[in-house]
Amino acid sequence: MSVDTERARTGPPVGTDENRRARPRPRSGAGARGSRLTPYLFLLPGLVLFVGLVLWPIVQAARMSLVDWKFTPGVPSPFVGLEHYDRAVHDPVFWKSLVNTGVYMVATVPTQLALGLALALLLNKAIMGKVAFRVLYYLPVVTSWVVVSLVFEYLFSTNSGLVNHVLHDGLGIGQEPVNWLGERWPAMAVLSMLGIWKGAGWAMLIFLAALQTVPRDLLDAASVDGAGKVRTFFSITLPQLRPVVAFVTVMLVIGGFNVFISVYVMTGGGPGDDTQVVLTYMYKQAFEFLDFSYGSAIAYLLAIIIFGLSFAQMKLFKYDEEAS
Amino acid sequence: MNRPSAGTSLRFVVLVAGAAVMVVPFAMMVATSFKQQSYVLTPDLVPDHATFDNYVRAWTSSGFAHYFLNSAVVSLSTVLLVLLLGSMMAYAFARFEFVGKRVVFYSMIATLMIPGMMLLIPQYFVARDLGVLDTKTGLVMFYVAGQLAFTTFLLRGFFAGVPRELDEAMLIDGANRLHIYWHLMLPLARPALATAAIFTFLGSWDEFVWAVTIIDSQDNRTLPMAIQLFQGQHGTSWGLVFAASTIAVIPVIAVFVVFQRFFVSGLAAGALKG
Repeated sequence: MSVDTERARTGPPVGTDENRRARPRPRSGAGARGSRLTPYLFLLPGLVLFVGLVLWPIVQAARMSLVDWKFTPGVPSPFVGLEHYDRAVHDPVFWKSLVNTGVYMVATVPTQLALGLALALLLNKAIMGKVAFRVLYYLPVVTSWVVVSLVFEYLFSTNSGLVNHVLHDGLGIGQEPVNWLGERWPAMAVLSMLGIWKGAGWAMLIFLAALQTVPRDLLDAASVDGAGKVRTFFSITLPQLRPVVAFVTVMLVIGGFNVFISVYVMTGGGPGDDTQVVLTYMYKQAFEFLDFSYGSAIAYLLAIIIFGLSFAQMKLFKYDEEAS
Repeated sequence: MNRPSAGTSLRFVVLVAGAAVMVVPFAMMVATSFKQQSYVLTPDLVPDHATFDNYVRAWTSSGFAHYFLNSAVVSLSTVLLVLLLGSMMAYAFARFEFVGKRVVFYSMIATLMIPGMMLLIPQYFVARDLGVLDTKTGLVMFYVAGQLAFTTFLLRGFFAGVPRELDEAMLIDGANRLHIYWHLMLPLARPALATAAIFTFLGSWDEFVWAVTIIDSQDNRTLPMAIQLFQGQHGTSWGLVFAASTIAVIPVIAVFVVFQRFFVSGLAAGALKG
């Protein structure tokens, strides 16, 4: 179902509302004042929830990160300025969590982009079982993070997991079974594989939808001009997809920074703090050590990084567009 | 295009291999859920001496029937409230000009970019001050608030596409705005409402972080947190863990497979028009 929002947005002028108000409206019984209030009445219930439970917490998070937050209601929380931020900058575990998050992103974002695009291209033509493939590739996306994390924990368990069974007993690789979740880099590899496995279908579905919008006549013209498939892809399809590639990249980067449940469930940030990512570290500080101010500072630092990166990416994609 | 089918066959083989990678973890999950405890640490895809025991025990003595009910109550309440409040807001944005319209609309859009977990700490204290910690109400309220912006955005686009002539005809006939919203907009927006309902349902059914943060008592657990806690306590009872997981995944897969055309259109709307 496609909706012509553009037309509607630029459509009938606002002035028609005036005409409407002037007409008699027997059943409504509301005067001009009532009409002016009407939109607010429609907005009110949702807006109360949105402001109270989303907007206010955004402000509150900033405040909490700048004070020494007291857990008990009514006890004043002294202002400490950027102390918690300073602490984060000098906290080696925070840096470690940032590096791990970065590694996770570098491992998952380009891979999901490439796989998503490749799958979309493969599925973009008539092929047997197209709908079935689409459903299967998308299945991990809709499945709960908790469930898939547990499944991967099981698959990668050291002594009885399917993966070690195939690698060690089947293919005879390695002397000892790999202790996947007990060491930093193997664990980060497993977490990244899970991220890719779970997210590739999302990128695929977005690209698949976008491929439908590449003008047929452009592709036909390229084909008439004798361009091969590879050439057509890089000269026509990919440039046409640029805004969508930008969107998917930004969303995947945000998603990468958001990695939490898989780490929380599979390694708990351990061994030691070796697989801690920013959000698991934030969670640990806040809900294990009850250091809510420090947790808020970490959350805000992450938000700033995410906004900076998203902004930079949008600039980058736009800049290229103007240059070409 | 008319090249021999070698390319098509190769494409098919690649797609099948990829699909296998996607399916094997699910297959292992389901296979293990039918294994007896003494077999759960064997990596077989077809279990020896398959048993239905894990499902019976998960559903009865491990309490997953109750957690399932909790998840259902929480998700369905969330869906109903999100659809109602979101469509009301969307109607206001699509059909009225009013002071503060742009500010409200764009601040809602802006929060779509903010990762939900950033707000976890302050939201925890808001929930405490409202006295809804460890309640299902606390889950529903915050799920609704969190999903509202996306639903409003999606439905506003749809409502804006409904020809204004229809509203005007009803106004002339003496209908008021509430009547138009309820009897014209909502019925017309059924496909968009379905899309929003599916996203909201999956979002709240699978939600874990907020639930595990505010829920303490066993009585109020939802499925994802119950499964995670159960695994934490019974580390190697994989048969039971995966029986419970399969129970939790079935409604998701059912909803997804049955409604997948709404799904694709919703995703596409978000990506291509956003």
